[in-house]
Amino acid sequence: MQYYLDLLSFGPEGWGDELLAGALVTISIALATLPFGLALGLAIAVAKRSRSWSLRTFATLYTTIFRGVPELLTLYIIYFGVQVLAQRLWSAMGLSGNFDMSPFLAGMVALGVVLAAFSAEVWLGALNAIQKGQREAAAALGLTKWQAFRLVVFPQLMRVALPGLGNNWMVLLKETSLVSVITLQDTMFIATRANVATKEPFLFFGAAALIYLFFSIISTWGFDRLEDRANRGHARAGASR
Amino acid sequence: MTWCEYPGAWMGLEVFQNYGCRMASGLGLTLQLVAISFGLGIAIGLTLAVLRLRGPKPVRMILHGYMTFFRGTPLLVQLFLIYYGLGSFRPFWQEVGLWWFFRDPLYCCLLAFTINTAAYQAEIFRGALQSLPYGQAEAARALGMRPFAIFLKVEMPQAMIVALRPLGNELIVMIKASALASLVTLFDLMGATRLAFARSFDLSIYLVAALIYLALVEIIRRVWDGLETRLTRHLALR
Repeated sequence: MQYYLDLLSFGPEGWGDELLAGALVTISIALATLPFGLALGLAIAVAKRSRSWSLRTFATLYTTIFRGVPELLTLYIIYFGVQVLAQRLWSAMGLSGNFDMSPFLAGMVALGVVLAAFSAEVWLGALNAIQKGQREAAAALGLTKWQAFRLVVFPQLMRVALPGLGNNWMVLLKETSLVSVITLQDTMFIATRANVATKEPFLFFGAAALIYLFFSIISTWGFDRLEDRANRGHARAGASR
Repeated sequence: MTWCEYPGAWMGLEVFQNYGCRMASGLGLTLQLVAISFGLGIAIGLTLAVLRLRGPKPVRMILHGYMTFFRGTPLLVQLFLIYYGLGSFRPFWQEVGLWWFFRDPLYCCLLAFTINTAAYQAEIFRGALQSLPYGQAEAARALGMRPFAIFLKVEMPQAMIVALRPLGNELIVMIKASALASLVTLFDLMGATRLAFARSFDLSIYLVAALIYLALVEIIRRVWDGLETRLTRHLALR
């Protein structure tokens, strides 16, 4: 027992501090991806409702492709693909040397485009749930289109979209474990390395599982609070008051 | 030229022609992995959902823990925990005569995928069973039906309509997640593609694999639309 505790301790002998650093990488790549993916997803959702045929087709193709291709494959295509393209561009500009894409950036882009595809569906459902009258009333009050979106549509949008976006976040959190295969030193990567060094796979993958579980439980709690807050102006059916 | 080399030759892609046969057998493995784990997942998930709703309290609590764990951690972690983690207790497995199971990455993969999808499916079935109005079961009881008959003839047909769409989504998730099998040395579609890329450094093979996965997902989507039309034919929704 003491042996296992030593392995998980902080300091040069144990892997505790490395695992903690990995957990920080996991949560930072998830948090860095979130705003980018959600914003892109909202843009795709707006494009799906657009009057222009080409924008609509593009948005539909985008969501079909990135929801249908395994995340691992998307990650490889972006990591290797962008590297190859950038290398060609690099040489074409007459620059010598190698162009290296950081695994963090590749992971963020890959997870972000996938998150955008899934969250676009959530945004779309929420956009459809807001009645046309809301926009018309905003226009009647003299608000510009952007003001109407920011002040009238968006606050209502968040309330409807929040449960779906919460699911998107949970999926994203778990998908970050894939970036370990492109050598980003997240929780999963550290656990794999600790296993190679100590031959204690059950201990370290178990510890990694508990780290992810911790983040999931915290997120569930956090989203419940956010939903309560977003719904504070709405009476809930059957709620006692 | 064998049949599996034709698509590559027709597309004019040398890598795809050279590795077409490996990718075809990889696709076979992918389909096998998904079909077996999803099929077992339905049976286990449905049982767990019923136990989660109507079992004794300790069982309900254990199942709640099981579902929280498997839905709250990445499938990759679960796969490594089973393949490397459980696989490291070799003397124990040899003693109980199960070493042949935990030695084989294919069985470990099937186990990981099955218990993972069973947890998600249990949640889908639970939601579907809970969405039924209580009066349905009550009316059936008033007619003198036995509990099992009520479940089979009254509750299940209605619950399946609610569960169908999320089940289709779960199947699509499983197809995509099966790509993880390539990380424990299996040559599924993703594994064969990685091998082809590692030997040829031709990125187009990844795009071909993406197209194959897309085609699979599109087929499932259409089959599911058909199933839904059939299951709801008495409702006259459209």
